[in-house]
Amino acid sequence: MNNDAVKKITFRVQRFDPEKDRKPHFQEFTVPVKRGTTVMEGLLYIKENLDSSLAFRTSCRMGVCGSCGMLINEYPHLACHTQVEEFHSDKLTLKPLPNMAIIKDLVPKLDTLFEHHKSVKPYIIREDKEEMEKPTAGYLQKPQQLDEYLQFTYCIKCGLCIAACPTSASDKAFLGPQALGQAYRYCADSRDEGQDFRYAIVEKDHAVWNCHFAAACSEACPKGVDPALGIQLLRKGVAAKALGIKKTAAPATLATPPALAKPKIDVPEFTVEPK
Amino acid sequence: MADKGPHQNYLGMWGWVWGGNYKLERYLYLLHRITGLGLLLFGLFHLTVTTIFRVQGEAIWSSTISFLDNPLFRVGEFLVVAAFSYHALNGLRLIIQELGFALGKPVPPIYPFTDAIRRKRAWTLVTLAAIMVLAVAFFIDFTVRGWG
Repeated sequence: MNNDAVKKITFRVQRFDPEKDRKPHFQEFTVPVKRGTTVMEGLLYIKENLDSSLAFRTSCRMGVCGSCGMLINEYPHLACHTQVEEFHSDKLTLKPLPNMAIIKDLVPKLDTLFEHHKSVKPYIIREDKEEMEKPTAGYLQKPQQLDEYLQFTYCIKCGLCIAACPTSASDKAFLGPQALGQAYRYCADSRDEGQDFRYAIVEKDHAVWNCHFAAACSEACPKGVDPALGIQLLRKGVAAKALGIKKTAAPATLATPPALAKPKIDVPEFTVEPK
Repeated sequence: MADKGPHQNYLGMWGWVWGGNYKLERYLYLLHRITGLGLLLFGLFHLTVTTIFRVQGEAIWSSTISFLDNPLFRVGEFLVVAAFSYHALNGLRLIIQELGFALGKPVPPIYPFTDAIRRKRAWTLVTLAAIMVLAVAFFIDFTVRGWG
């Protein structure tokens, strides 16, 4: 497509207004697009020029905030991160993310996602509570230890993995790939001592053993987080602990506070008096 | 009058079937479910035939066996062994990978992203190849012995 060429694309958008509608229906809009136009820009065009009542979430418009997740041509995408041209089609079908309720039009209700996320204690848990409350220094961690969980820190909580997950489709209580992936992220962190708390949560019903490894969550993730891998590694840890063969390493120790640290090499004193 | 509340949008069991535009592994999951349910139904049917009809005497047992000895049920038998081959070998792959083995380690997410199961697709393809070999062997066995 020529950079300046404008093409007309039909956006077939699922609409639902809880004040008026019993069930969702579709409405079509014609949107002018050119090379590089994102689906989000198309939706903003509709809102500004065709129908201001259309509801959708948007914030950063650069694939960072995770607000604009939706089904585009039956696949979960971030609307701001997806160009219209990718689909090689004159018609796009836009629906809200499935496996969560719809508040209005393309706005899904993300409460369950955040409740499940909070339930796995997504933060560093340490026994030295005094240090956690009043930190005096950082914890030491090797690059190899960082690599164990770094991939999973990129989660933006957009919910695309939950929309892709067949278990989340039929089991509302299932913690879902997002929360389970984050449970692994913190269990794999060498600074953390909360593994037993999280294992007790994820080894119950509707949690880690309910994943059937369709791996659609990892395929759909727009940030390359790979929650399916996190879940299988979490499962490995839970199984190893149950069998009593889990290797446990001592938690990361505190680095020397900067004020007490001595340089590894002798730094010469100033030989020239500053003016 | 609308109910003025959020609309539930769970796909339910349709979410197992609905594969969207996903890749191979999503459809292997679907086939694993279908073959699992198929084998369960076959098990019930098989138990019914070999218990209820058998205890009613030799005449009923013989007439049931002669009724089942036709090409349609031979094709059905082939489908059962093909489904069993798939479910058993894919299940073995799942047991290994679901316990975190043969998946590799986490990698930094550098665009274009890949995920563990697709980086290790060779395992999946080897399993599928073994299933195909078994299915072809069974097919030859069934056709040589005849469908009827």
